[in-house]
Amino acid sequence: MADILVYSDSLNTAKELAFKGKEFAAALGMGISAAALGADADETAAQLGAFGADRVFVSKDAALEGLQTDVVSDALAKIAKEADATYVMVGSTRRGKELAGRLAQKLGAGAVTDVNSVELEDGKLVAARFKFGGATVARETVDTDIKVFAVMPKAFEIEDPVAGAGTVVTPDLSLTPSAVKLVETKPKEGAAVNLDAADRLVCIGRGLGAKDDLTIVEAFCTALGGELGCTKSLCDWEWLAENRLVGLSGAKTKPSLYISLGISGQVQHTVGISSSKVIVAVNKDDKALIFNHADYGIVGDIYDVIPVLTEAVKGK
Amino acid sequence: MKIIVPVKTNPDLQMVRIKNRQPVLEAVPYILGDLDKNAVEAALQLQAEAGDTQVIALTLNQGNRKIKDTMKEALAMGADEAYIVTDDALVDTDQAGKALAIAKAIETIGGADVIIFGEGSHDGYSGQVGPRVAELLGVPEIGFARKLTPGGPGIQAERSMGDFIEVLEAPLPIVITVASEINEPRIPTLMNIMKAGKKPSTDWTLADLGLEAADVAPKNKILSNLAEEQDRKNIMLEGDVNAQVAALIDALTREGVLEA
Repeated sequence: MADILVYSDSLNTAKELAFKGKEFAAALGMGISAAALGADADETAAQLGAFGADRVFVSKDAALEGLQTDVVSDALAKIAKEADATYVMVGSTRRGKELAGRLAQKLGAGAVTDVNSVELEDGKLVAARFKFGGATVARETVDTDIKVFAVMPKAFEIEDPVAGAGTVVTPDLSLTPSAVKLVETKPKEGAAVNLDAADRLVCIGRGLGAKDDLTIVEAFCTALGGELGCTKSLCDWEWLAENRLVGLSGAKTKPSLYISLGISGQVQHTVGISSSKVIVAVNKDDKALIFNHADYGIVGDIYDVIPVLTEAVKGK
Repeated sequence: MKIIVPVKTNPDLQMVRIKNRQPVLEAVPYILGDLDKNAVEAALQLQAEAGDTQVIALTLNQGNRKIKDTMKEALAMGADEAYIVTDDALVDTDQAGKALAIAKAIETIGGADVIIFGEGSHDGYSGQVGPRVAELLGVPEIGFARKLTPGGPGIQAERSMGDFIEVLEAPLPIVITVASEINEPRIPTLMNIMKAGKKPSTDWTLADLGLEAADVAPKNKILSNLAEEQDRKNIMLEGDVNAQVAALIDALTREGVLEA
């Protein structure tokens, strides 16, 4: 029986793929398999079974240490053949996005990466992803026998796990260690920020005149109880760390309230805010593109507006 | 050492307008993408550190009528030589077809020690072509590099994995993709722009690489490519700043996103 095979180096993403993959598999008359690779594979396998996988292919082969792309793609290509996979869905994490191209090449397959949503149409899975820097959404099918999709984390929602575990399969993969060796891992400078989970998000753009003025914006965030994000320019100038970036190359956020301050509204940024419940924009240029994306707009200088806003949102 | 930088020239996204949800590409000039410039810059910095190194820029022409001019930018930055593959079959190919043509071109050039891509193209940003080329050439790869240093068994690289940084080393040959944080691409001097026109540039077709149109036929089918519909209230708040903020607080309270 043909299968949908799912894998991600992120356990949460792997669960999402297994859970949604089971729904697609049922509709397509396929089975749902998952791959659990590396030292934690047994624990991962149990979780993926509980989230829907009928079969979990487990490998703790020493060559998988460090999850180098050449080795993981080799492992998954072999598992895809053994599982008779028609679709392979991997998480579009950094490792997963890199993996998708190499895996597809091994399988002679077409691939779609950074997939935001998948729909079943006429017996085929159709993947949607941004194109032209986020200006458009392309809907694509893959025509090869095996099809590879790299799906963004959180593209699929999961519900509670179901009782029961998948059948564990331990394939003989005979993997060769990668020539790429991990020397060390080190923490990233700056505190951890999770913009994806922010319920209130304030983003600052090029309207900010000087790095020192960030204190004004930070005071507003504190008063609002919101996280601070920014556009690419501020990261490029190193005014804020990369983990504050919202948009195509940063976080895709889903806050209930998003407030943009001094942001022009280039699509590379707005693509990261389009799932907000309510969008507010403040910009001194009444023709700024950001107002097209806003529910509420204030034409004004952010240096005049922010202090008044800061007072007004206290305790709300 | 020989470094090949496969670059993509793509429509200037700042100039792409949306009309009836369709992207309008007519009269939009092609440019070298920002990440492609990061890749060229990374190659030039490796060249400066390693010495005795040749940097070759390679591109597939996908409908850019002024591709020689666009590639001159890579040469003006400092690349020593350019190769341009032009063929009608490349206009509508996909990542698999592009990877095949690039891998064949690298082999035809005589191989390379380091092949550096941007982590994705400016317009499509699929990030597939680099890893596909690594597989076709049978070499290892390091994606999303933020720092490259010659040394160790061949090359050392740092890459950012979100919450942490990995330090890796690998022998050559290797495929590297670079993230934008790796460097600030240099802006060519007038002198170097003048010199760029005299640098060698070779034109090939797919036949020169031993390929036919069928070899690069797309494996994916794009059903539609449309701008998302905006469904926002677009209410502009009037009055002085105090009146605007007061009206905003009222509205956000009614929306249920602020507490009364």
